[in-house]
Amino acid sequence: MIKDYLPILIQAVVAIGFAASALVVSIILGKAGKRNPTKDTAYECGMLPEGNAQPRFSVKFYQVAMLFILFDIEIVFMYPWAVVFREFVRAHHPVIFWSMLSFVSILTVGYVYAIKKGALDWKK
Amino acid sequence: MNDFLGIDWFFLATSLAKTLGIIFLVVLPMVSYTVYAERRISALIQDRLGPNRTGIPFTNIHMEGLGQPIADAVKFLLKEDLTPAHVNTFYFWLAPCLAMAPSLLTLSVIPFGSWLFGVPMVIANVNIGILFVFAIASLSVYGIVLAGWSSNSKYSFLGGVRSTSQMISYELSLGLSVIPLFLLLGKLNLVDIVDYQARNGWLLLPLWGEGLTLRRWLLLIPLLISFVVFTISIFAETNRLPFDLPEAETELVAGYHTEYSSMKFALFFLGEYAAMITGSSLIVTLFLGGWHLPIPWWSSGAGFHFALVDGAAPGIPGILGGLFNIATFFGKVAVLLAFFIWVRWTLPRFRYDQLMRLGWIFFFEIALVNIFLTAGILFYLP
Amino acid sequence: MSSLLPWLFSAIMLGFACAVVLNRNPVASALSLVVSFLALAGLYVSLNAFFIGVIQVLVYAGAIMVLFLFIIMLLDLKAEERRTLNTTATLGGLLVAAIFVCELFSVLRHFHKGSLPFPPLAAGPLDDVRGVGTMLFSNYNLPFQVIGALILVATVGVVVLSKRELK
Repeated sequence: MIKDYLPILIQAVVAIGFAASALVVSIILGKAGKRNPTKDTAYECGMLPEGNAQPRFSVKFYQVAMLFILFDIEIVFMYPWAVVFREFVRAHHPVIFWSMLSFVSILTVGYVYAIKKGALDWKK
Repeated sequence: MNDFLGIDWFFLATSLAKTLGIIFLVVLPMVSYTVYAERRISALIQDRLGPNRTGIPFTNIHMEGLGQPIADAVKFLLKEDLTPAHVNTFYFWLAPCLAMAPSLLTLSVIPFGSWLFGVPMVIANVNIGILFVFAIASLSVYGIVLAGWSSNSKYSFLGGVRSTSQMISYELSLGLSVIPLFLLLGKLNLVDIVDYQARNGWLLLPLWGEGLTLRRWLLLIPLLISFVVFTISIFAETNRLPFDLPEAETELVAGYHTEYSSMKFALFFLGEYAAMITGSSLIVTLFLGGWHLPIPWWSSGAGFHFALVDGAAPGIPGILGGLFNIATFFGKVAVLLAFFIWVRWTLPRFRYDQLMRLGWIFFFEIALVNIFLTAGILFYLP
Repeated sequence: MSSLLPWLFSAIMLGFACAVVLNRNPVASALSLVVSFLALAGLYVSLNAFFIGVIQVLVYAGAIMVLFLFIIMLLDLKAEERRTLNTTATLGGLLVAAIFVCELFSVLRHFHKGSLPFPPLAAGPLDDVRGVGTMLFSNYNLPFQVIGALILVATVGVVVLSKRELK
């Protein structure tokens, strides 16, 4: 019931409160930062920063993020399936096994396609 | 339920006490001493001494350097607090908090003991336990993404991007690898999983109760695979070696926290070790029996059996049992943490393409096949 | 107090939803959307829909918004903040919003309070994951497979679109 979830709210408040108060205490106790131009430039192993600080990065990272969303949805369906699996088997509903098998097989087609097209190959 | 305000102050007070106790009396000290253990064990492995001097101030008592974590904490608080001019200030400050909070929040659904003084030793006993863990863990990428983006520095940025795609990739194998457990149990509640293991054998040690059946011994194969995949994925989720590419110092200096200093850096550090503790707690809860420790016992009536230390028993035995269960749980977690450290100072680092291959191709496929292996066993041996 | 929680979460959700639109900085908008999703999850949980609540966090806040942030990182944020409002786009947006409000009113006009009450929740602890699973695999097997096909199409789409050569 909802009452079970209230401690989570408490824990969240305490966790965030701890992080925030640690920062506040360090502002109060710590030495105030003395600025100088060197401290105010991005660290690049002693060289002056070169070019754009946010370089464009490989499209592979987007691909992985998008594929992750899709397979995450697949996994989300597996949890209710896992919970009811044994009940269905006990009640002689073999549909539970074959239904998930066919669902995963459909998705495996996409997975194999992505691999064959090199979407998950980071060497290229 | 609506007259909540009137009835359950006891529940609120015990929840608050458990929260504060777990965070401030257990996890934070444990984090500090894990850092100490990391330094001492790495020194041992590399044939050095490590920090062995810091003891009681102004005396000659060193205590093998056990005072080191306290000194470290004081130094973190007192150091120069600098926000470089080239960063995006608000997000630069927000990121360490976001990196720290999720790992502490995840602990709230993990049962760290049985019962003590008639109070269940879990902060929130919820039905969707494991999904809650994954949901909150998936939020921990925000601290890293924001740190990398707001620092306006190439190393931070690349570290943040790498770390994010590594974490989301291994979330898949993490999510898939535990499904066999829930196929067996039919519940997502972590408290129920530990109760089941206490009565019917740990999932990796089926020696009593229902654990002695043929089916459970057959299921040991998929459960072992689950355990291996899950443990290695936890290494990747917590950015530990051999998966520490986001902060591979030879390539990226310190990754997403390159520009951080003083307490803001310390929060990332704490968050990382707290995530290790959360990960170890999860492994212990799911596979290694949680707070339960079987005690071989012989009595003339029942013969040889494993006794259950019960925290719910009345009186002094119950209190002692409850404390014993809590100690057992954190003892197991400490053993796993030592394993984490041992691995870190033993294995070399993966290359990025190897890491992605391992997560997306090897673990993903193994975990998927493993699910249907388990389902098949449960289907044909109901 | 627990009857207060849905209102609290709704308020947070709506507040941060407004912040999504009003912020000039795309990162601030994306993060506001995350908070809005989290509050929506809290709203679900406070209405006893625990599974949906946690999935809301797992999929929307934890997966989809990460992709959003990745894409936003590619933008030149300084240029985004300087950009002024486009009159046609603003008018178009207002028009859509106005049409939506009109539709809402026309639906609500025909709505009679209490004509079809919700069935009461079962007493005792509510195991909604089990409920979802039972429904999904007994009554909705075909839609479930169709979702599989949909995700397959999306997977192929991801691979094809990101492989396309720029001309």
